Amino acid sequence: MEKHVVVIYPHPDDESFGAAGTIAKFREQGVPVTYLCGTLGEMGRNMGSPTFANRESLPEIRKKELIDACRVLDMDLHMLGYRDKTIEFEDRQQVANHLKGFIEDIEPSLVITHYPEHAIHPDHNALGAAAVEAVRLMDPTKRPTVWAQAITNTHYEDLGKPDVINDVKGIFDKKMEAILAHKSQASGMLKTFNQDGNISEDLKEEAKKRLGKERFYIWKYE
Amino acid sequence: MKPIEIDKVQEMLESFMNKEVYVHLETTNGAYASHFNDKAYNVGVYIRNTTVSFSQAKIVGDGNSYRAGLKMEKGWIYAEGLTDWEIYEDTKLLLAGHDREGRLMVALQISETPFSY
Repeated sequence: MEKHVVVIYPHPDDESFGAAGTIAKFREQGVPVTYLCGTLGEMGRNMGSPTFANRESLPEIRKKELIDACRVLDMDLHMLGYRDKTIEFEDRQQVANHLKGFIEDIEPSLVITHYPEHAIHPDHNALGAAAVEAVRLMDPTKRPTVWAQAITNTHYEDLGKPDVINDVKGIFDKKMEAILAHKSQASGMLKTFNQDGNISEDLKEEAKKRLGKERFYIWKYE
Repeated sequence: MKPIEIDKVQEMLESFMNKEVYVHLETTNGAYASHFNDKAYNVGVYIRNTTVSFSQAKIVGDGNSYRAGLKMEKGWIYAEGLTDWEIYEDTKLLLAGHDREGRLMVALQISETPFSY
């Protein structure tokens, strides 16, 4: 059993779309989970449907949604204070050291992050690379395991079969609840979803098909 | 935000003329454009909290979609595809263009004080 799991992603909602089922399973086992969330998704395009956010109000709205989603998943949250779309332009070593500070404090047995260069969004790739580097900088005997998530269309061809494939359909209601906590973003990602927060059974089935398995590669350090 | 009311926006633009103002200018089609459609390209640009001064300002359009142009001493600021507006925190003019799904495609924002960063 894991001792403590640290999840490192750049945007509010990455944790819900990408790993909510895995997180919920760890919490069911009583494993503490901490989310280090890189940005507030300040530059997101989705403003709700119909729109209720604007470029200036979006960060505060997404911050609240993030806190709600973490409450749904019952995990601790630290917001790292970077700005959406800019992580790749920060000093990589500085970001890695920032993350290393948290990891050394929390002493997790497992870190979950994006797979560098296989995670589409430049923030995903950059924060994933910094997380991998943060763990590399640690004393090899104290390193947690790293699960890296690739989300490109070609990751099976490029990287082979993921080492960890978590079927989370059994707790998909929880995952859906976490996703829907991100009201300003969920509708855009899930296409249709009505105002009162209910979603049609069809859509939920489709979401379950697409998001019902969470896949990770175990990072191999030399 | 609400659909652009051209007279009110024009009046607001003129209130910023010949002052040092902060501008946020942006366009994007999202970081996933070429992920969801392999024939699409990802493009985006933003500049935030640059200070400028303009001597002429105009919003022009057909009732659905608008263009705005700000004439500076040594150049222009231009935005196309604007559909909605809002006065934010009483003083900041926000103009944006949204697609059918309500996603932001373009934004032009002007304020006498910096936008949060």
